[in-house]
Amino acid sequence: MSANTTAMVDAQEVHKYFHRNEVLRGISMQIQKGEVVVIIGPSGSGKTTFLRCINFLEKINKGRIYIDGELIGFRDAGGRLVPDSEKNIARMRSEIGMVFQRFNLFPHMTALQNIMEAPMQVKGVPREQAETRARALLAKVGLADKADAYPARLSGGQQQRVAIARALAMDPKIMLFDEATSALDPELVGEVLKVMRQLALEGMTMAVVTHEMSFARDVADRVIFMDGGVIVEQGKPADIFSNPREERTRSFLRKVLEPDAS
Amino acid sequence: MNPIQSFLRSYDGAAVTHNLFAHLIVQGVIITVILSVLSQFAGVVIGLVLYFMRRARFQPIRWVANAYIWFFRGTPLLVQILFVYLAMPYLSLARPLRAADVFTSLGFTGIYTDSFVAGLLAFSLNEGAYMAEIVRAGIDSIDPGQMEAAKTLGMTYWLGMRRIVLPQAMRVILPPLGNEFNSMLKTTSLVSVISLYDLLGAAEAIGSPQFRTLELLTVACLWYLLLTTLWTFVQSALERRFSASSRDPGAGKVNWSRFVLPDRLFRASPGVGVGNLTR
Repeated sequence: MSANTTAMVDAQEVHKYFHRNEVLRGISMQIQKGEVVVIIGPSGSGKTTFLRCINFLEKINKGRIYIDGELIGFRDAGGRLVPDSEKNIARMRSEIGMVFQRFNLFPHMTALQNIMEAPMQVKGVPREQAETRARALLAKVGLADKADAYPARLSGGQQQRVAIARALAMDPKIMLFDEATSALDPELVGEVLKVMRQLALEGMTMAVVTHEMSFARDVADRVIFMDGGVIVEQGKPADIFSNPREERTRSFLRKVLEPDAS
Repeated sequence: MNPIQSFLRSYDGAAVTHNLFAHLIVQGVIITVILSVLSQFAGVVIGLVLYFMRRARFQPIRWVANAYIWFFRGTPLLVQILFVYLAMPYLSLARPLRAADVFTSLGFTGIYTDSFVAGLLAFSLNEGAYMAEIVRAGIDSIDPGQMEAAKTLGMTYWLGMRRIVLPQAMRVILPPLGNEFNSMLKTTSLVSVISLYDLLGAAEAIGSPQFRTLELLTVACLWYLLLTTLWTFVQSALERRFSASSRDPGAGKVNWSRFVLPDRLFRASPGVGVGNLTR
């Protein structure tokens, strides 16, 4: 097995167990550069776990994942996989941005400090340069006036936008969104989705796990439906939403699109 | 004459005031403070090391840490002090340490370096075992999402620990740590058994030849009270400093001053408890 060198993410036969419970049962997929892939599926389908495997927050038990042609988490020692060094994993992660459901901003730092922290500590970017960039990113997500606010002073939507800016500050090759709007009050979802749409328009490669079907329909280049630890079906959003081939996809979409029916 | 009268007759108040600032006493206060600060500092370091040993991947390292904690929390501190002190000659440490005579060159009188080192060692080792639990509670109270966020930004475990997790854990650790240091200031008095003139040692050394032990113990108590009181102020200043960003409402920490500010007190609506108290 070798990497598909043109893909940003190349997952090959990925298996993941939690104890004896197999949550990923052979996931193979690719994400091309500049592509926006939205992963949908019922809870427990393994979509979040798969996303976390992409940056090796979860160690995979079988299979391989290549990021931009480079194997993550392991080194290939003549066909056998040996664990990669922490430093190398950290280096690869620094190029993979991630946004969490629960924001995970650093509460002891202001919004600005949150964004400056990794560029300065990980990349050694000088303070002034890091600050200029952080202020530009805050402006980009519409929070220029919140630079000196601590996370506790920000609404959920604002925190999530700072978290996106924090990830972007590392100039990632790809952004992973793990249910980025699921913990937000309904009226705050829009402001975060707007930033995500903007990123997609700018050509960022994105893997998005979400329950926002309208986002999937409007923004995704490709929609992947997962259930029971496998990819059930994937395709263009128009095809998936209007003409799903699989019964499992149909029944899931029925439930999420018309929650009052049934 | 009842017992109280007879006590008051023999208790010499003048001996208290006369010795409050005696050279040996003031020197003893300084020794007590130095010993406490150094022991507490070393205790925190040992506690941190034990925390990381206990979550090492290599199992024997975890065993060693657990055995250490089991031993030092399971045997009396006084025994540990005596043990270290009496073991020093066997390790050929006592003589060179006493000969080094660090404290005389610093202007102290009658402070044996070997006694001081034995005390420092015993207190540090003992305190480390207790700090290990406090450090663990502090670090484990931080949301694992914090370390995950640090890692996704390209930080290694250690960098994430140092920059993200430990600064937050400090807030949780500080109150029990302050408590430990308060206790340490007083517990160091045990070193008087290995002939070190700390505050208590000095008080005994002055008091017993004059048959004025009770009066000198009073002197020691007054100083201990002063030290612990001062520490209380330092501690609350530290805690305020470290919780700077969590004072925002809704950040999970209660800021008690919000509840006792007089204007709030009187404006509190009746039936809210605080309001009732002000009537």
